[in-house]
Amino acid sequence: MSNSKVQITAIILVLSFFAFFALAPFFFMLISSFKPGDQIIKNGISASIDFDIMSLQNYKTLFTERSGIYLHWYKNSVLITTIQTAVAVFLSSWVGYGLAVYEFKGKNLIFVLVLVLMMVPIEILILPLYKLSITLKIIDSYAGVILPFIVPPVAVFFFRQFAVGLPTELIDAARIDGASEFAIFFKIMMPLMKPAYGAMIILQAMFSWNAFVWPLIVLRSNENFTLPIGLASLITPYGNSYDMLFSGAVISVVPIIILFMFKQNSFISGLTVGGVKG
Amino acid sequence: MQIFKNFYEKYINSKKVAPYIFVSPFILVFLVFYLYPIISTVIMSFQEIGFGEAKFIGLANYKKLFNVHYKNALLTSTNYTFWTILILVPLPIILAVFLNSDKTKFTNFFRSSIFMPALTSVIVAGMFFRYAFGEQASTLANSIIGIFGLEPITWLQNYIPAMIALVVLCVWRWLGVNIIYFLSGLQSIPEEIYEAADIDGANSWDKFKYITIPSLKPVIIYVITISVFGGYKMFAESYAYWQTATPNDIGMTIVSYIYQTGFNNFNMGFASAIGITLLLIVLVVNIIQLNIFGLFKKEEQ
Repeated sequence: MSNSKVQITAIILVLSFFAFFALAPFFFMLISSFKPGDQIIKNGISASIDFDIMSLQNYKTLFTERSGIYLHWYKNSVLITTIQTAVAVFLSSWVGYGLAVYEFKGKNLIFVLVLVLMMVPIEILILPLYKLSITLKIIDSYAGVILPFIVPPVAVFFFRQFAVGLPTELIDAARIDGASEFAIFFKIMMPLMKPAYGAMIILQAMFSWNAFVWPLIVLRSNENFTLPIGLASLITPYGNSYDMLFSGAVISVVPIIILFMFKQNSFISGLTVGGVKG
Repeated sequence: MQIFKNFYEKYINSKKVAPYIFVSPFILVFLVFYLYPIISTVIMSFQEIGFGEAKFIGLANYKKLFNVHYKNALLTSTNYTFWTILILVPLPIILAVFLNSDKTKFTNFFRSSIFMPALTSVIVAGMFFRYAFGEQASTLANSIIGIFGLEPITWLQNYIPAMIALVVLCVWRWLGVNIIYFLSGLQSIPEEIYEAADIDGANSWDKFKYITIPSLKPVIIYVITISVFGGYKMFAESYAYWQTATPNDIGMTIVSYIYQTGFNNFNMGFASAIGITLLLIVLVVNIIQLNIFGLFKKEEQ
């Protein structure tokens, strides 16, 4: 008996250690956000909590520094995340549904393409995509950030897996009633895919909000930056607004954490789709 | 109008055409944003691209790959991939087994807490760790090693400490995600198998070794695969720590090298050749993993 109690206590201790490892940086980030920025850049982040040097000043600079550039970045992030999530989730459900319910020539080839592209990291293609976005005149714009990712293969795969399980009898019945193929999608199938939409909207929103590599390449001017690019620019020689760094980082994480608190299960079911494919 | 309606009824809305309308957005994106860029990288890799027009120079860019910087970048990416996999496969499996046990308390709290770092962007997390790994004695990293009686380290200026800093950042952000993968794998193992093992008198270790690990094999392969891609494409973490000023190539990954060559030195041709080598690595790993999963066979049936 006591042996198993020792075991359980040991397990709880190990888990507590890793929970601490995971949460402590959030705490120190918050503490750092109240300290003068230049001091952190010079001395690094320490565990000390010294109320004399801590103030809300850094949060005020978010509104004032360079005529509120941070608010610009925030607005860009909100708009890009919203548009990209809406378009990407709709289009990938559209494609995934098509792959799931129809038999047609080339279907297997397209599905294998989806599987392969799921794994191709965008990092490999940054150079040609950069040149392409100049040619297409979408460089340094919202469209430039969004367009290459309007049909994410991972999301297509997710919706395809979900739509395979939809009841095909409903489709046949609707066809007999004279419904068009597209009406069937909009009126019957979209409502049935609601759980899949929930999971993908959240996951896609998180990806867009945190996206870094491609926006770093395609966004060129300061006022078009998204939050991650803006924050990264703060420590370059041109940035020089160290006070905004950690207060800005804290405020940028808040929306995702709130979303996570309310929609934990959607995060998890969205993430595990790739892992448990039959 | 009637003509349009007939046309719509007969062609667009037919079961033959509709599927192609459904998959067309994917095909379009594939052609424009994947296939065309891949082809143009291949072409650029055989060219010298200055400010004037591109000149065909054969394999010269590929011959240039035999230089010390490329070797350093390849080594850093490989080391990073190796160490992140070595930690981020066994550790989350063990933690997932702990979390999956019905005797463990507060499982929801632990699971959510360990998952939280995955919500941060690389830059936010990277900025935190960059300054937590500062060189002064008072920084978080140096005070932690100070507890064990070690001298302060200039973390980001030395190869091994810099690698540790990169791996810590990766483990912090991904541990919770991998736990979720393994948990979902664990939950699909039927309880009866364990009950049968209990009757045969198996102990916890036997059950872990002979039931849990073999049952998790598909998830393990999946996690290793995405970790290989994640490792070799790593760039943002390095950018957060050093931007593009990697001292003595410390922390310079393959993608950092592409970025520096292409965007700082405007040598698009050579950068493309580096990109092609990365594409080949990814392709080989991809083929191996698809074969292991037997997906090609399964989809044909």
